[in-house]
This record gives sequence, structure tokens and C-alpha cells, in this order.
Amino acid sequence: MSGRQDLLFALEVDGSGPPGAGTDVAALIGHLSAAEAAGFVLATFDDTPLPVAGGRIEAGVRAAFAARRTSRIGLAPTLHATVTEPFHLATQLASLDHASLGRAGWVVGAANSAAAHATIGGTPLAEPDGLRRELADVIEVARQLWDSWEDDAVIRDVATSRFLDSDRVHHINFTGERFSVVGPLITPRPPQGQVVVLGSDTLGVTENLDIALIAAADLGELADRAHVAHTAGAPLVFAEVEVRPDEGEPSGRLRVTGDDELREVLDRLAGIVDGVRLHPADLATDLPRIAAAVPIRPPSGPTLRAALGLARPANRFAAVAR
Amino acid sequence: MSRQLHLGLFFTGVGPQLIWSADNFAAHTHIDTFAATVRTLERGLFDAFFLGEGLRVRENRGRVHDLDVAGRPDAITQLAALAAVTERIGLVATQNTTYNFPADLARRLAGLDLVSGGRAGWNIVTTDNAWTGENFRYGGWLPHERRYERAGEFVSAAKELWAGQAVERHSDLIDLVASPTVPPSPQGRPVLFQAGDSAGGRDLAARHADVVFSANTDFDKALAYAADLRSRLVAYGRSADSVRILPGAFVVLGDTPEDAAERNRWIEREQTNGPRAIAFLEQYWGKDLSGYDPDGPLPDIEPADGELDPSRGTISIEHRTGKAERIAGWRRLADERGLSIRDLVIEVTPRHNGFVGTPGQVADEWARYLAAGAVDGFNLLPQLLPGTIEDVVDRLVPELQERGIYRTAYEGETLRENLGLS
Repeated sequence: MSGRQDLLFALEVDGSGPPGAGTDVAALIGHLSAAEAAGFVLATFDDTPLPVAGGRIEAGVRAAFAARRTSRIGLAPTLHATVTEPFHLATQLASLDHASLGRAGWVVGAANSAAAHATIGGTPLAEPDGLRRELADVIEVARQLWDSWEDDAVIRDVATSRFLDSDRVHHINFTGERFSVVGPLITPRPPQGQVVVLGSDTLGVTENLDIALIAAADLGELADRAHVAHTAGAPLVFAEVEVRPDEGEPSGRLRVTGDDELREVLDRLAGIVDGVRLHPADLATDLPRIAAAVPIRPPSGPTLRAALGLARPANRFAAVAR
Repeated sequence: MSRQLHLGLFFTGVGPQLIWSADNFAAHTHIDTFAATVRTLERGLFDAFFLGEGLRVRENRGRVHDLDVAGRPDAITQLAALAAVTERIGLVATQNTTYNFPADLARRLAGLDLVSGGRAGWNIVTTDNAWTGENFRYGGWLPHERRYERAGEFVSAAKELWAGQAVERHSDLIDLVASPTVPPSPQGRPVLFQAGDSAGGRDLAARHADVVFSANTDFDKALAYAADLRSRLVAYGRSADSVRILPGAFVVLGDTPEDAAERNRWIEREQTNGPRAIAFLEQYWGKDLSGYDPDGPLPDIEPADGELDPSRGTISIEHRTGKAERIAGWRRLADERGLSIRDLVIEVTPRHNGFVGTPGQVADEWARYLAAGAVDGFNLLPQLLPGTIEDVVDRLVPELQERGIYRTAYEGETLRENLGLS
């Protein structure tokens, strides 16, 4: 019988914290250190191209700042596939993985409002199919670009004056529905091989994810969708859980208000999902409380993949080349 | 107090200048190398650490170019990570205005500026080649002659966002509706650097830049450039001293002038080794020349028709045409002087932007540039990693300090303060 001690714990750092929390990087580092000490395997950072109250620094920049101030916790910024250049997105995430020595994740963002697209002079994609195909293309191009350098591409062979083995650095020649990318990436393969990709099961791209995130207010529905996500090929499935002092407005996610309820819900989730992503209302007060109420078995492994129990993927181009 | 020199280090990440064959070469893509480098520079009281940009891996005749260092991080991501391990040094990201979205880039730069406590800079560059554009949604769309026009509109929009204003633009060059997402940093907004040397680049610098990273390093050229830029500044209603001029330069130090010259010769021969000399000619010939001896005469076969393809990176305007005449000129030069392929390549790719000598000699020379108003400092291009950086910090910086032309402590906490910009 599995219990909550078997769950993996992720933490969303952008809750409804105090005004200005999104620009206070000293406080952010404090929260991440506390989460790391408490045994959280991963922290996620929310993002939007639009203003939020009090201001918030772009998620990739905050995650990168945290890379050298933390040592074990995974760092997964939200980057929006819809309103960015896929090549930049893949480079930024690969660079985060290098800077953190293998702790990068990516929460697939799917901003599709007229206002979000207007920031880049675009218009919304048709939902659900147009959006789903765009997300699938951006994830696919990122994954191909992360493999575009083989692990042993840098040879530094003084005898032949070759720094690279050019047979091990690949054009990807990706052509999608709305864009194409020749590659290779400008950045060598990330330490994890592939950055860990997280996203909601409602995006329609579950088969391209490493971790499917499921938001459902009802445990029965959550169990059904977890089963669907696992069947679709998501190696890991996490439930979204809000931890709040009061009931408040419904959000569509599981919500717990007290320590006993939290323990009870986690015990029930343990048989359904592989982990949870907690959304505390206020990190400063809720994080210590959660850590005290729910001892977490600290993850082991030098990279985020290892800590999640995911294998380091083989390079898709290596097999083709030789 | 006399005028003060400002120093930056340009960490290029690609190209032949960085010598990777040295035994102690520090892996130039590893985060620990970057962290060690910026900490050493901060010990040497450098104003800024620059990351270059190149959005497609260089190629030679359709294959990834394998002779030079390659591989570099996303600049803003890397600098945000380095902001966490430094206190005072400026962190400057080269980012182009062609293959970025204005609001997106402005937002990321504003974020870097905040996490670093006001130490961010943006080195504004343009890219027009469609070859690089093949990695992007909107590749190859911008005509060469309009790239600075787009840059101007792009930078204006970014500045308005950083000033806290909402921006709406719908021109044929930029299109956005966006609002600021963060408050200003302690230095107000990122410091703007500009490197372009064309008339369009100089005008962009005069309108918008706080610092220019010029290519004019020879004393006379530097002086002429400074005069030209300062007159453009005044024409745009700015003070003649409102921009810092930091030409790119390399430094080779030795215990004696002869020792420095000997080291410089070694570096030059490494940078233009046989395979690189052949690859250089292959770019012009457009043909496989691997059968030729780099220490022998120039290839006797005729080059392919057509002009240069841009796959080795950006090609300056003057090299985009006239390939046949250039090759004919090289043949004459090699005949007259009896040059081998390698000798010729060294001869026609002069490294005119260097300072070679003892630390005292280089410090004296820099003092002369500074006193004449030719420069406000230099942006150094490392050739050995970590050798160049350690040499400059440990041997040259004390000489500059002795001459009273370099700080002994950071003046302020932001990049803008340390550059003495208002």
C-alpha cells in the first residue's frame, strides 16, 4: 500500500503572495532554499507576457538567477510556446540546464489571448486544434534541438585541429505547420539530455510531456484523468493541489485548508498519481507549515531527471548517424 | 581626478581567436568557467562582462565548421545565473533586433536588470541574413537597408516600456501592443551598447546608445571615430560626453617586449593554423581545397562562380561582392612576396586591434589614448582562457592604477554608475 511518503513534491512559487513578490529575488531564493531543505524535487515559475499586479520578473530569468543559489531542487520556468521564438525557447532552457548542472524543467505555457498575442503582433490560434498543433510542434522542435549536439560532439582533437566532430552536430530541418527551424542549437546538449517537460493534460499534448499536470477539484475525476494521461504515455502524472487558509473562490483544482486535510488528501492521491504540485497561498507562511506537517522523503540524484526517477534519454540523432 | 579607463571583456564563444588547443583551456561552455571568469574580472574591477550572439552554428560549405570553438549559452539566461554570483560587474547581453520580438526582449532584459540590482546592459545588434533566419519563425524577412530602421523603432519601443509607458505600434517593421511588466531597476533601465560601424549603426548609437563597442582601435581611427560620434551626439541634442567609447582590443603581455612579441607570434600562428587557412580559402573558393598544402602555394584551380555564402557568420558589406577581384589580388600578393597559403591568410586577415608589450608599455599606450580623448576604455577579446583574463587582471590592472587612470574600487552599485553615465 503506497502512502504519501511515495509521492514526489513540486512547488509553484507564484501563488497569490504579497504585492511585489514577483520582483523580490532575495525572498525567492529564501523560499527555494526552504523548499529544497524540505525535500521538494522541483519548483515551477509562472509567467505571462502581460502585466500582473505588483510586477513579476520573467520566469526564465528568475529560474536562471536561482541556478547558482540552489543546489538540488529542479527549476522549471513557464515559457509560452505561443508567443516566443521556438529556437530562443529551446536555447534558453538548454542554457538553464547547463547553468544548474542538470536541474532544468519547462512548464509548457499556452498563452492564447488576443492581448498576449498582441505583444508580438500576432493573433490567437484556433482552439483547440490549432493551438494543440502549435504546442506539439514547439515541443517537438525543442526536443530535436536539444539532441542536435551529441554528447561527445566536442572532441578537441589537436592532431587534426578539430574542435568539433561535425558528424555529431546535426541540422534538424524541422518543418511544422506554422514555422520551420534548420538548427542545430547554438548550445551543446543539455546535461540531462532532454530538459524535463511539464504541462497540463488539457493541452492535448500529453504524449509529448514528461510530467502531466492535472487540475481537478474532484478526486474521482482526477483519478480518471491520471489514468488517461499515463495511458497516453506521460511517464509521470502530478496532481495540482492548492494549500490555502480558507475556501475562497473555486479554481478547478483540489484545495485543502488544514494540515489534517492535506495529509488525508495526499494519502489518497498516493495511489493515483506520482506526485503533486502544491500551490501555497503565501510561501512565507505556508511553506514552513507544510514542511512541518508533511515530512517529504528527499529526492536523490544529481539531476532533476535522476531525482524524478526518469532515465537520461538516448540521443535520437546518434542512432541515425551511426 | 584624471579621466578614467573603463574595461569590458567580450566573451565571444565562437571563432578562431579563442585558442582551444592549449593544455589548460577551460571548457568555454561550462558554467564554472563563466563563473570563474566573471569573478576574476570583478576582482579586476571591470565595468562589464559581455556575451556575444550568433544564432546559427557556423558552417563551411554546408557542414558545421569544426575547427573553431563553438557552443554558447542564451546570453540573458547565462547572465541571470552569473548575476547571482557577482556583486558589481555589469552584465551585457548581445541581442539582435531582427530575430527578437520587442516586448519579449525588453521584458527579459528588464528582468536581468532587476535580478542583478541594476547591472544589465544590452548590446544592440542587427542581423539581416536569411541563413540565420532559417532558425526563426520570421526568418530572412528584413531587407538589409532597413535593418537599422527596424532597430531604431525596436529600441524606442523598449525604452518606452522601461520608462513605464504602454506601447502600441503597427508599422511595417514592428507590431506590438504591450505594457510594462516590472518596475524600473536601480539604474532605471539597462545600459545600451551599440557596435555597428556603418553610418546606420553610428546614427543608432548617437540616438540611443550609452556605450559604443567600436571596431576602431588604431589610434588615428579611434580619434577620428570619437570625433565623428561626438558630433553626431550633438546633432541629436545630446552631450558630447554622454557616450562611453570602448573599442574592441586584444592584449598580449610579456615580461619583455621581445617576450610579448614572441607570444603574439605564437598566438597568431595558432589562430591561423593550416586547416583554418585552408578553410578560410574554401569559403572564398567555394570548393574543397583539402588536398592543398597550407604551407604551399595558393590553389591553382579557379573559384566557383557566385559571391560568398554567409554560412561562416556575418559577412561585412564590403566582402559580399567582388570575390573574383579579391582572389586575383591575393594571387598577385602571394606571387610578389612568395607567400604560402597560411602566410597569405595571416597577411590578409590582419589583427590590427591588439596591444602587445610589457604591462607597463600597454598601460602607457592606453594612457595616451585616454588623454587624447580617443577612447574611454577597451572591450577586451580573450585569446587564452583563462590566461588572457588572469594576465590583464593581475599584471595590467595594477599598472593602470599606478598611473591614476583606473579605479581602485567600484564607484557605485549599478553599471550606469560605474560607467559614470548620468
